[in-house]
Amino acid sequence: MAAGAASGGSATTDTYKEARTWLLLPAWVTLAILVLAPVIMMLIYSFLTKEFRGGVIWEFSLAAYDQFFFDRGLFGDEPPKIEWTYITIFWRSIWQAGAATLLSLVIGFPTAYFIATRSENMRPVWVFLITIPYWVNLLIRTVSMKFLLRDQGPLNDFLMSIGLIDSPLHIVNTNFAVQLGLFYSYLPFMVLPIYAAVERYNFALSEAAADLYASKWTTLRRVLLPAIKPGVFAGCILVFVPSMGSFLAPDLLGGAKNFMIGSLIEEQFKGNAGNWPFGAAASMILLTMVLIILMFSARQQAKADKAGAE
Amino acid sequence: MKHLMKSGVAALALAIGANAAAAEGELVLYHWFEYIPQELLDKFTEETGITVTMDTYDSNESMLASLKAGGIGTYDVSVPGDYMVAIMAGEGMLDTIADGELKNKGNIAPEWADPNFDPGRQSSIPYQWGSTSFAVSRDAYEGDIQTTDILFNPPAELQGRINMLDSQGEVMAMAALHMGIPQCSTDREQLKALNAMLQEAKQHWASFNSDTAKEVLVSGDAAVGQIYDGFAAKAREEGANVEYAYPTQGYIAWMDNVVLLKDAPNRDNALKFMDFLLEPENIAAVTNFAQYNAGVSGVGDFLDPALAEQPEKNPHANAGPGVFIEVCDEETQAVYDQIWTNLKK
Repeated sequence: MAAGAASGGSATTDTYKEARTWLLLPAWVTLAILVLAPVIMMLIYSFLTKEFRGGVIWEFSLAAYDQFFFDRGLFGDEPPKIEWTYITIFWRSIWQAGAATLLSLVIGFPTAYFIATRSENMRPVWVFLITIPYWVNLLIRTVSMKFLLRDQGPLNDFLMSIGLIDSPLHIVNTNFAVQLGLFYSYLPFMVLPIYAAVERYNFALSEAAADLYASKWTTLRRVLLPAIKPGVFAGCILVFVPSMGSFLAPDLLGGAKNFMIGSLIEEQFKGNAGNWPFGAAASMILLTMVLIILMFSARQQAKADKAGAE
Repeated sequence: MKHLMKSGVAALALAIGANAAAAEGELVLYHWFEYIPQELLDKFTEETGITVTMDTYDSNESMLASLKAGGIGTYDVSVPGDYMVAIMAGEGMLDTIADGELKNKGNIAPEWADPNFDPGRQSSIPYQWGSTSFAVSRDAYEGDIQTTDILFNPPAELQGRINMLDSQGEVMAMAALHMGIPQCSTDREQLKALNAMLQEAKQHWASFNSDTAKEVLVSGDAAVGQIYDGFAAKAREEGANVEYAYPTQGYIAWMDNVVLLKDAPNRDNALKFMDFLLEPENIAAVTNFAQYNAGVSGVGDFLDPALAEQPEKNPHANAGPGVFIEVCDEETQAVYDQIWTNLKK
């Protein structure tokens, strides 16, 4: 990889050509220790035999993946059927994360656009304001959210006092509360990349489009959006991926009545089940899914860039 | 360069030396959240000069998991519940306290001196004991609450307003009492019925949560909460109009214990801490704070008089038996794990 990058840069003078390998070493070591090693460990653990009450026995086993994909009944001795339990849990997580991403996009895009179109010395102030709530710990923000949404909380009190509703809305312990929680947890990850993209956007292009009789909608759709698409993509991925693995919002706001991927995995390590290989297998399946989504979107992106260049 | 290396080694040696010196006066405690008053830890430091570092956990199982994942050798003592003491002993995670190493061992109340989860108190001393059942808001429901039907087959007023502990052991044990079956049943019909009963009951539950079991009762988010007796008392003191039930089918009894962990880095200090907690005055301070019961003789004089009167501490005449959570074997446990996953899928 390093050699490829070096030969790619041969057209320009390469100041650090001699020392490149050494200079990159810290980055490679960090990646190996912090990214590769844990993933490989997880991969190995997922193929080991579980030890009762947590831990692993160093014997090869496919039991963890078997448990994920095959249903052998309550007592484990029926002929195998397709196991829907975990697929349902994964589907629920994807759906919740997708809804949170969409909500973030709908709110985050206009916000980012608003900030990017303020005067140059006001923009940092707005960005600063967006980040302030995120100085507070995620757990505390999630609990506060629960207090706001409660049946006897301020939101319901307010809606009832202005006469919009007669009895409190039950929001806490529903899927909607989970989506709201995820949305609120990760909103800045949507706003900031889009803001960065819109800020770089040359507004003269919009003016040019308007001069050529494009409507505002057409300008947005055919000029602005294609130009800032990488920012939107980055925002969506930054919200979607952590939402999928999140367990704080589902546990606190959703009432923990249904497992999400994050809480299912947590239960395998911290709960009664103590099934480490299964937790590792579920993590590997999650990782694979996220990788596929990322690779797919990267390819789409590359295709779009190519089309744009031609 | 050579000079630099030398001074580097010297600095390293100095750092290690300093660490060792500090280790002589240290105790690393792995404890439940909100379960020991800070003043008591300060008092221990004052009396012995030993500084206390405390990490906390929120369930027996998560404590076991982090000890298994490398916590052994880091912590000196932890505070597992009854069944978890047996599990940890079986896993070889506990150190044995030799005769005479604890000078206050004689203070342990006779009924807790030889429990079946740690015969002869080889590795543990009592911390607190109490019960787990549930509390019901008297604003929401006026009928009879001394039955497990409140949790598993609730009356219309309480449906959809129930918080369960997010803990497999406590939910399963309570369900076994409700159905009158053994906690580690191997009877297939009983297990199928248990699975079906829980699926049905879940429709009436609002949430699973242990950390905020008290708060949801105080805030009124839940009208029924599966809860420990001391937490129910605190909820009542914080203004919730709740009554703690002792169902006729029975309730869960538990005892938390301070255990000496294997490879404790500060073994002597751990023993000093255990002796400290066996002094009636000190353990009474925990009881006054946590509002459970001490397992040490002679605490009576130091207890807040109001504690003895608490309704949460006094089972009524028709209360069922208090039972400890049982430890199932691996094969049986696998079925219970499956039922729990079914319940939360």
